[in-house]
Amino acid sequence: MASEKIDVRYVAKLARIALSEEEAVRFGKQLADLLEHVNVLSELETASVPATAQVVESRNVERSDEVTPCLDRETVLAMAPQRQGAFFRVPKIIPES
Amino acid sequence: MNEPVTRSAAQIARDVNGKSISAREMTQAVLQRVDEVDDRLGCYLTRLHELALDCAQRVDRRIAAGESLSLAGVPVAVKDNMCLTGTRTTAASKILENWIAPYTATAVQRILDAGGVPIGKTNLDEFAMGSSCENSALGVTRNPYDLSRVPGGSSGGSAAAVASFQAAIGLGSDTGGSIREPGAFCNIVGFKPTYGRVSRYGLIAFASSLDQIGPLTRTIEDAALAYDVMAGHDPRDSTSINRAVEPASNALREDLKGLRIGVVKEFVTAKLGPEIDALYKRAYRELAELGAEIVDVSLPTADYGLATYYLIAPAECSSNLARFDGVRYGLRVEGDDVGQMYERTRAAGFGSEVKRRILIGTYALSSGYYDAYYVKAQKARTMFAQDFRTAFERCDLIAAPAASSPAFEFNSKSDPYSMYMMDYYTIPMSLAGLPALSVPCGYAGTPQLPMGLQLTAPLFEEVKLLGAAHAYERATKYASKAAVAV
Amino acid sequence: MTVKAKYEAVIGIECHVELKTRSKMFCGCANEFGGEPNTKVCPVCLALPGALPVPNKEAIEHMIRAGLAFGATIPAFSKFDRKNYFYPDMPKDYQISQYDMPLTLGGSVRYWLEDGTIKECRLTRIHLEEDTGKSMHGGGGGGRIAGSAFSLIDFNRAGVPLMECVSEPDLTSAQEAVAYLEALKRTFVQLGVSDVKMEEGSLRCDANVSIRAVGSTQLGTKAEIKNMNSFRSVLRAIESEVERQTGVLESGGRVVQETRGWDEAQGVTHSMRSKEEAHDYRYFPDPDLVPMETDVALVERLKATIPALPHDRFKRYHGKYGLDPKQATQLIDNLPLAEYFDACVAASGNAQLITNFVLGDLSRLANETGTPAYASPVTPASLAELIGLVEAKTITSKIAKELLERMWAGQTSPKAIVEKEGLAQTSDAGEIERFVTEVLAANEKAVADYKAGKTNILGFLIGQVMKASRGKANPALAEALLRKKLD
Repeated sequence: MASEKIDVRYVAKLARIALSEEEAVRFGKQLADLLEHVNVLSELETASVPATAQVVESRNVERSDEVTPCLDRETVLAMAPQRQGAFFRVPKIIPES
Repeated sequence: MNEPVTRSAAQIARDVNGKSISAREMTQAVLQRVDEVDDRLGCYLTRLHELALDCAQRVDRRIAAGESLSLAGVPVAVKDNMCLTGTRTTAASKILENWIAPYTATAVQRILDAGGVPIGKTNLDEFAMGSSCENSALGVTRNPYDLSRVPGGSSGGSAAAVASFQAAIGLGSDTGGSIREPGAFCNIVGFKPTYGRVSRYGLIAFASSLDQIGPLTRTIEDAALAYDVMAGHDPRDSTSINRAVEPASNALREDLKGLRIGVVKEFVTAKLGPEIDALYKRAYRELAELGAEIVDVSLPTADYGLATYYLIAPAECSSNLARFDGVRYGLRVEGDDVGQMYERTRAAGFGSEVKRRILIGTYALSSGYYDAYYVKAQKARTMFAQDFRTAFERCDLIAAPAASSPAFEFNSKSDPYSMYMMDYYTIPMSLAGLPALSVPCGYAGTPQLPMGLQLTAPLFEEVKLLGAAHAYERATKYASKAAVAV
Repeated sequence: MTVKAKYEAVIGIECHVELKTRSKMFCGCANEFGGEPNTKVCPVCLALPGALPVPNKEAIEHMIRAGLAFGATIPAFSKFDRKNYFYPDMPKDYQISQYDMPLTLGGSVRYWLEDGTIKECRLTRIHLEEDTGKSMHGGGGGGRIAGSAFSLIDFNRAGVPLMECVSEPDLTSAQEAVAYLEALKRTFVQLGVSDVKMEEGSLRCDANVSIRAVGSTQLGTKAEIKNMNSFRSVLRAIESEVERQTGVLESGGRVVQETRGWDEAQGVTHSMRSKEEAHDYRYFPDPDLVPMETDVALVERLKATIPALPHDRFKRYHGKYGLDPKQATQLIDNLPLAEYFDACVAASGNAQLITNFVLGDLSRLANETGTPAYASPVTPASLAELIGLVEAKTITSKIAKELLERMWAGQTSPKAIVEKEGLAQTSDAGEIERFVTEVLAANEKAVADYKAGKTNILGFLIGQVMKASRGKANPALAEALLRKKLD
């Protein structure tokens, strides 16, 4: 893992977090620093080591196909930052070009 | 302060069950204590006076009807990343500042069903990310032993509440040390069970494969009591293990005869300065004096713990926190289109540490970096588990520092990485999913502030762990050697 | 060479099929179509803080059965992964799906065309995931997402179990694509894993369409076609797209790789402004879920629950019994009737006669009375008995028809009726000769016509003999005796 130049704006876009100019610079540096520290992992010989799938070995945890009570609608919609009737409302999905 | 608030949870339960005090009286005493001190300490983001008295009344009715409840009337502080129906549940974040939970976390419900009385929702580092509680967006919590210092984190509010007698049991969550470290800083017991022992349903997720709920208490006996109530399979949590829980409360030991306790050679306490080095060496001696055989063990991967943790935890949290998008609940900052709404909402709603971790986590999972970072870290994690398995062939328990220093002053760790270093001793146990706890072991620094001894056991060996810790606590009684400042 | 004959189409279909379970994939909310918006949601499917998923056992078993029906491999080890992207109808802003270890791999779908040809389309994989909520767009754009000012979201559908079936690009025409979809639908319906109703959204599909010069082995650039709401739309959309791409190449242009939406009203595809940029889904194993291990015992148990598959039935009905493709398809699409048919064939052994009866008189009776054949008193065993009597020439086909009516009315044993009422066919030459003499005597004009050359009047005379004998005369013998007397 070479020291990567992180495109922090691209990462922030993926994570849907708007960054100010100052934050982009600050986080960019802090992330690069952290990755420097994290690079020590490349010293570990892991070719024959399996990645941890689960800390405690469980398999086939399932539930039977039964209907259980759901939340009352008023409770649900009362949480909505913006509601319209029985729906959750959001601004347009496609931005103006 | 009024005397009932100083009683242990076990004592309170005995007293309420025995009707020498009612749950209502007990609760009123604690609520009075809260009114007296919490403005100075800031443990509770939300005080639950009405709900507490309501629950107390119900407990009293059940006692009157002849029931015996293992946590009868015990005042409980609930970390504000755990859902409790009808209460503001914020994760100490602006993005959930006014969110009211419509359901209750399983672990919390079990505590309430056993007679516990919820006093309030406690402060934490935002979304449990931090080691000092300074990352909270909604309040400041002070260490009850020294108000100019942090209580530790992320479960700082619960730890400080218990230490300052504003609760007898504090519910915390531990991902990389967030119960053990504040337990150490606040001179109390902080206990993290085996991963999967306590349901995560209703715990606001930070790192799914690491998060565990556990108790913060003034005695090991109380920790065992709380554990016995909370632990056990929950069908609502797929990672909850389906395995019988041996009660720990009746297995508390008075000595350590026959036990081998390992000291990790990579944990060189000399690095922590002469006073702290001496303190831990004394602690290991005290274990030996109780009859334990002290052996050297090795965790060769120890120095890779931080790197491993600070890839896995952020990766998982970057995905877990995606749901905070302003669509269905929580904060929304409007935008011209939904994409802009997401970006503005999350920019305004998340603090810097949370943003940092989301960014590093997103990066570690992104195309081109996934194998080099995330997968690599998961392989390192396997090596930790293997290291511990090997070490436990030579010993029954491992002793280590719970933190590298006592509580530090506010704003003293400006560089993120120096804060991450606080987790150095606690992260390996989290990575391996092991049960671990911190128990008071003395004081260090100027002024003299609490330090904690960390003990850890193999998977599922909570009984052995709590049993041994009890012996140490009983023999040394370090917690009683200092008083809180309020 | 015509333009059309220059190019061949290469088509792959990607379907999302909602599984028919009582509850959602990861929570206990009801899985049903319709209902008031946002009334079937809970902390899990609404992605409230702290909620956790627990997989639906029935959904997993449905998936495995679907895979087995298509001859897929069921790997011993499978897991769920998170597919991370932001979209308002996705509560968690990640979808629990399967990335590199799906529950089934490979397999193929056998389908048939209208002319009876059976073809095969390979499957890349089928995996299990969860559905999103539904959005409606308003404030402009005529209900479409482009031009809308806001969207309204209903999360009832969020978390419904979904099978994603990805086919290899083995389909070579719009007709094949539709036939493939019909075969998928048939199989899923008959397995009981899904209702597969495009109009209710329990089947959604996209087509990847490209063309290339006939004989070429290189793949052309493909376009992804979305927004097809019925099988008919699929047919029209793919045809339209093939035509469009042909036009592009013929005029010297190049096909652009893009997503195009089918416009039902205008009958064309439009390029869709991409909703999101190229995705980095950051797949990783979902840490809230544990892996699934499928053992041999489970696979065997599930295999045993799989009924005869549509194409196997088709091979038998069309290929072996000679039903024409349309008849065979009709039968196959009516599973209870097909099963009844199969039971009758098994009981009787005479597929031809069973076909005649089931598709003929029984079908007529079913239409007249409104009761399907398989719910009538005519059991496979009794029908087999009737056919046995016909095969042995114990009764004439005319008597058989009568008996069938009486069996439909509740008289169950044709054999018993024949014996009791003496309806057995007469092959006694003497007895038939008496009837022949009677008939000839009573029909002098017909006899005269016959002798004058109208030989087809014989049919009428045979009919009269049958009438006189109350249907019991052996028709062949009657015919022979008539001829003898007349000639």
